[in-house]
Amino acid sequence: MTNPILMESRDFSLAYGKKWAIQHITLPIYQNLITAIIGPSGCGKSTYIRAFNRMNELLAKTNHEGQITLKGKDIYAADIDLVSLRTQVGMVFQKPNPFPKSIAENIKFGPKIHGEKSKSALTDLVEHYLKKVALWEEVKDKLDQSAFSLSGGQQQRLCIARALSVKPDVLLMDEPCSALDPIATLKIEDLMRELEKEITIIIVTHNMQQAARISDYTAFFNTDESRIGELIEFGITKNIFTNPKHKQTTDYITGRFG
Amino acid sequence: MSSLRKPIIEKLTYGLLGGSFGLVFLCLVLILGIIFYNSVGTLSLSFLLQNPTDGMTKGGIFPIMVGTIYVTLISAIMSVPFGVFTAIYLNEYASDNAYTRLIRLSIRNLAAVPSIVYGLFGLAIFVKALNFGTCVLSAGLTLGLLSLPVIIAASEEALRNVPSSYRDGAFALGLTQWQVLRKNVIPVAIPGILTGVILGISRAMGETAPILFTGVAFFLPETSLSLSSQFMALPYHLYIMSTQHHDIDGVRGIAYSTAAVLIILSLGLNIIASLIRYTYQKGQQT
Repeated sequence: MTNPILMESRDFSLAYGKKWAIQHITLPIYQNLITAIIGPSGCGKSTYIRAFNRMNELLAKTNHEGQITLKGKDIYAADIDLVSLRTQVGMVFQKPNPFPKSIAENIKFGPKIHGEKSKSALTDLVEHYLKKVALWEEVKDKLDQSAFSLSGGQQQRLCIARALSVKPDVLLMDEPCSALDPIATLKIEDLMRELEKEITIIIVTHNMQQAARISDYTAFFNTDESRIGELIEFGITKNIFTNPKHKQTTDYITGRFG
Repeated sequence: MSSLRKPIIEKLTYGLLGGSFGLVFLCLVLILGIIFYNSVGTLSLSFLLQNPTDGMTKGGIFPIMVGTIYVTLISAIMSVPFGVFTAIYLNEYASDNAYTRLIRLSIRNLAAVPSIVYGLFGLAIFVKALNFGTCVLSAGLTLGLLSLPVIIAASEEALRNVPSSYRDGAFALGLTQWQVLRKNVIPVAIPGILTGVILGISRAMGETAPILFTGVAFFLPETSLSLSSQFMALPYHLYIMSTQHHDIDGVRGIAYSTAAVLIILSLGLNIIASLIRYTYQKGQQT
């Protein structure tokens, strides 16, 4: 695996107010590969993934140290335009969150905001991205219906299509399958394998089998309460799961953590 | 024991809740019934379209209705934009700290301040300090202040109830804060905001105390739409007709009809609000 590094976390720490949620994390994100972040609840993995498109700042006042870079440029630098950053680094959330609009409007939403006016181009985009997430055949006859009429798994695929519609380089997925049934989960996983050819994916997951199945690299966050938000081990997924270097990792992936 | 006691408690609770509802419903029916029953014979189309005549013992309430609608319009022009904008600022832009919480609390409390206090404030500020005089502008602005806290509180509530996932999703697509608000938050909050706006406006429309010192007149021979002229208003007319008139028993019909018109206007506003809400919600589901 010799893919170039697209994003990189360099000794990155982030605090809400004065409380550090993640500390001194250094790891590379390789282009066109899937990087999984695993670890127990409360270990800071959701905070960490939201640091890649600076979503944490929406909720509360945050402080950070270190850097996260995108194509070599620090995304926390003063001259960074958040709008352009979030266009390049898209996100899919834990709970499917389609907008209260029609299926088609959900896809058109991003491109419209970013200046696409042509009706026919927008219609083409709807088909293109719905096909990309393998939803087209299921919804092509009801594009004008509310996105809420879809099942949870379909909604999540719609949200992935919506995130793709602004052509991001990186897709952040924060436990995208935790609210879905196993069949819907498998569909999303297949989809991620397809998307990997065109886009770089970072996924947070509770489900270790999922990380093992789909990711190329895995980052394991600590289980120890005294070291909140620290990275224990990072490496090629196969190595992490078959030959972990740290005892904590071994314990966690074999289900003996704590 | 508990299996015996349970059904009794269930029945008592049901009786209490149902009884309360029944009592409230009865009061409502009685109020509406008495008012409309007593306005029979007076309330008619010509009552709505005529000027009062013969020392206000005959004729209609046309200029009085116009006055009420006019002063309510002035108050709405002032309070709706300021109220909604303030709510948007407080909920979306202002940081949540001790100051904003204090301001929010103060706004809530303002909603409970007796309306006569607003009247005095209006007299001191608009009539005297700003030297507008007793006129429809002073009265409208005073009523606007009265409805501001209701509009702000309800609009903020509506904005707060928009699921945060709509915001997150939109931010993650690279929208600016204003785009997120305009495209994803405000459209969802509009029904709630409208409800607050209508509540605030209809409260202002029915108030007497705030306009008492600031611009309302008992009787004006001519209707003027100048901002600096005085005006007649339904609630004040009702007050005069039922307590201050030289022939109170003779104008009972007029008093009750005025009350009926006030109720119908309020009801009309609320029906409009419901229609708008309904249209919006329908639009969003498709």
